[in-house]
Amino acid sequence: MAMHPQRKQRLQIILFILVAVAAAAALLGYALRENINLFYPPADIVAGKAPLERKIRAGGMVEQGSVQRATDSLKVRFNITDYIAVVPVEYEGILPDLFAEGEGVVVSGVLGGDGVFIASEVLAKHDENYMPPEVSAALEKAGTTSVYQQQDGKAEKYGQ
Amino acid sequence: MSFWTYFHKWGSPRWFYQFSGRLMPWLAIPAVVLLLGGFAWGLAFVPPDFKQGNSFRIIYLHVPASAVAMGAYMLMATAGAIHLIWRMKLAAMVMKSVAPVGAALTFLALLTGAVWGKPTWGTYWVWDARITSVLILFFLYLGILALQQAFENQEAAAKACAVLAIVGAVNIPIIYWSVEWWYSLHQPASIKFVGESTIHSSMLRPLIATLTGMYCFLGWMVLLNTRNEILYRERNTRWVKDVLTGAGS
Repeated sequence: MAMHPQRKQRLQIILFILVAVAAAAALLGYALRENINLFYPPADIVAGKAPLERKIRAGGMVEQGSVQRATDSLKVRFNITDYIAVVPVEYEGILPDLFAEGEGVVVSGVLGGDGVFIASEVLAKHDENYMPPEVSAALEKAGTTSVYQQQDGKAEKYGQ
Repeated sequence: MSFWTYFHKWGSPRWFYQFSGRLMPWLAIPAVVLLLGGFAWGLAFVPPDFKQGNSFRIIYLHVPASAVAMGAYMLMATAGAIHLIWRMKLAAMVMKSVAPVGAALTFLALLTGAVWGKPTWGTYWVWDARITSVLILFFLYLGILALQQAFENQEAAAKACAVLAIVGAVNIPIIYWSVEWWYSLHQPASIKFVGESTIHSSMLRPLIATLTGMYCFLGWMVLLNTRNEILYRERNTRWVKDVLTGAGS
């Protein structure tokens, strides 16, 4: 399968363009890596890597048993965690339907000097698990949280 | 017949017109059957999701539109590269034919994603890596469409579009792995090439149907557009006049 030399050269030029563009994109992605991330994980916030008194986003799982709702208003307090660190969040407003303990959320707001995150928006972060309710119920009955729910994977994902 | 002879035969618009005419029903019929059947199956017969309820059903349109929009881009970039290397006019016509279909599918992916995002996440739009990179894909398609129109000279248009298509191809792996590389709101893929998929098989089967149907739909639309382009560009030739007057096929 000999190729015409001129065509071979053009093929090489195209491959070179691809490599060069990929390298440029990789460098750009590397330079902007912090900005491309949509949110800070709790580990980074606790470690002081997130700016204070500036609008940022934080993301993690809502800690089991941490949700406290006010009885006379829409105020709610909960903790988010990446299984490494925990950040307390305060929010007043309507929560998305999928908000629940043990589920992922992305909150935007301001991190105070006292380490409490005052959220102005709470978004539910849906995971990649899809199953019918009966399957989920059967899995719960069997004692596994879910064959699909890989807690280790999630911990790894949220807390690099 | 050697590989290269076969390859060069593909460069003949007349041969491609006749071949694609025979091929088209094999794409059109599965496209219609799999898409309509898969939608009916996914919308009416599959159980609801344990968390999202019925809103998850938009997956049967969203995932095929997104995946095929990316596949279409790779097809367009490959056709562009073939045109640049072998100066094959047919490849330029295929490249031109993919762009409007890809743009429409990308728009559909963004639209269905927004419609699903509101009840699930609580917002229509967020500037995370996945959504932003898909928006860039949409702009790339629009750029190719605009660039095609910007040139009087067909050959110059094809070259410019091919280079833009190839350069933009770097965005495709970024879209695919954006949810792995960066913290994003969009979830990672449920259909996995390695390991077990995280979508229950009863929900996966209609998704495979609409996904396959969407690929057939892309092929069908690209053939239709390419055949149109062939007839237009070769309109002064004997064989096209014969086709149009019904003297031959």
